[in-house]
Amino acid sequence: MSGRGGGTPWHLFALLAAAAGLAFALSLAIGASGFGFKPAGDAGALIFWEIRLPRAVLGTLVGATLGLSGAALQGYLRNPLAEPSLIGVSGGAALGAVLAIHLGLSQVLPLALPVGGLLGAAAALIAVAALAGLRGGPITLILAGLAVSATTTAAISLALNLSPNPFAAIEMVYWMMGSLADRSLTQVWLGAPLMLAGIGVLLLLGRALDALSLGEDAAVSLGIDAKRTRLALIAGIALSVGAATAITGVIGFVGLLVPHALRPWLGHRPGLLLPASLLGGAILVTAADIALRLLEPWADVRIGVFTALFGAPFFLWLVLKTRSELAP
Amino acid sequence: MRLEASGIKVWLKRRAVLNGLDLAADRGQLTAVIGANGAGKTTLLRVLAGLLPAAAGEGRLDGRALAAWPRPQLARTLAYLPQERTIHWALSARSVVALGRLPHRALGQGESAADRAAIARAITTMDIGHLAERPVSDMSGGEKARVLMARALAQEPRVLIADEPAAGLDPAHQLALFRHFVTFATSGRTVLVALHDLSLAARFCHKIVLVHAGRALAAGPPEEVLTPPQLAAAYGIAAEYRTIDGLPVVLPFDVLP
Repeated sequence: MSGRGGGTPWHLFALLAAAAGLAFALSLAIGASGFGFKPAGDAGALIFWEIRLPRAVLGTLVGATLGLSGAALQGYLRNPLAEPSLIGVSGGAALGAVLAIHLGLSQVLPLALPVGGLLGAAAALIAVAALAGLRGGPITLILAGLAVSATTTAAISLALNLSPNPFAAIEMVYWMMGSLADRSLTQVWLGAPLMLAGIGVLLLLGRALDALSLGEDAAVSLGIDAKRTRLALIAGIALSVGAATAITGVIGFVGLLVPHALRPWLGHRPGLLLPASLLGGAILVTAADIALRLLEPWADVRIGVFTALFGAPFFLWLVLKTRSELAP
Repeated sequence: MRLEASGIKVWLKRRAVLNGLDLAADRGQLTAVIGANGAGKTTLLRVLAGLLPAAAGEGRLDGRALAAWPRPQLARTLAYLPQERTIHWALSARSVVALGRLPHRALGQGESAADRAAIARAITTMDIGHLAERPVSDMSGGEKARVLMARALAQEPRVLIADEPAAGLDPAHQLALFRHFVTFATSGRTVLVALHDLSLAARFCHKIVLVHAGRALAAGPPEEVLTPPQLAAAYGIAAEYRTIDGLPVVLPFDVLP
């Protein structure tokens, strides 16, 4: 494996950055109205700017957010099975959007879904932060996240159960499956600053996560501020994943899969894994989105369903591998 | 630098773990904290590393209260080696040792030549050159202990606090480790270790603090502290302090009723 030494494996980062750039370009170039940056027809320019660009930007940003958040959370919890949805913010975003549909707001206001999602994510963040507190170890954060997730799941079920009409129920279910399609540039403008802010906060955690490999006492004795680290982690994931989920719905398994696949190539160093997973997530989500567009019979499959379909067997393999490693 | 504790009281879960403990570890000396399981050794070391606030009394480093030290400056001055030896990822030994340089590096700054030299020195001192590129997840407990010790040395601290650093090491590496502690201390550093091996304490440490029931029962040179009556009081054992070819040996031979 590369990257075991002291240096940064720049060649790997160059490769990942090039692949992310290529995936973004391909996402702009591929679509129902033909290959290239100038789709055919009178509506060509419109298709490029209003359909392909938001989709490509969202794929890259949301993927980056999910990959990075997964790496940050796994590093903080020192657990390779953690996923960003674990801290309950994506559940909050889903609940907010579902409520916007339930109350009929999405019929009236064009931005009701993403705004509802953001408000839901913010509420979940406050609940998790209050429950988990700034002191305490990984376990309290996991428990707080579980409690909030369970509550949002129950509330979403209730909203579905009491949905005003079958169409609203279908809309809620479809929204929760996660999709990059048919998002406007306005929605991108709404979510992008929050995602970028969250990404910025999380990228600063590298040193703290490296030090936490030795446990909390050793990390603090190396000069890490435990409270600030916890606050930055929760806020960073809430901002980025909350905003991502509010715009695109739930896209699972990316945050689990990407850090895990990249970790051996970075000598298992949690700090270096952050920027690598950012790029890896962007590649994975954009590539999955392109694949869905190219595979004709899959065109109606939502990206959240697609990633779950391929992520679940990966998770299974991960569990089996962990089991064999733990076996005597 | 002198590391001091005066009148330290710590309550954990409504139990007084430390109850007015005094201690001083001086520059140029290897000081050992000994005592039975649950006597409060680890708690004391955590207070002195600035990781745990005391309910009363205070820890002082170089005459200044530990609480008044800015954390980054303390991290460049004092290294703490916890008893807990879990390393959470399959990092290479070199990556673990390199963590000791974190307090000396600014945010976003790579390893400097000084960092690399300190890492190489620590790896040589702890005799782990052959393990440097291996993942710690494949190592034995003793090998991990040496890697973690090298991490603390790479930090180049003026004060080193180590919680049971000898546990799990084979005799050869125990002796090598304590010889190194002595060299490290006599080169002008302050070293404070918690220990269970009384013979190691007797042979290598300049000063021993015997902790019992949250207080220092005795403190001073080994021959004054490791006396049968005091060992009986602190551990409930019958033990003898002997010298073999001029080297002190403490031999516990019975548990007192």
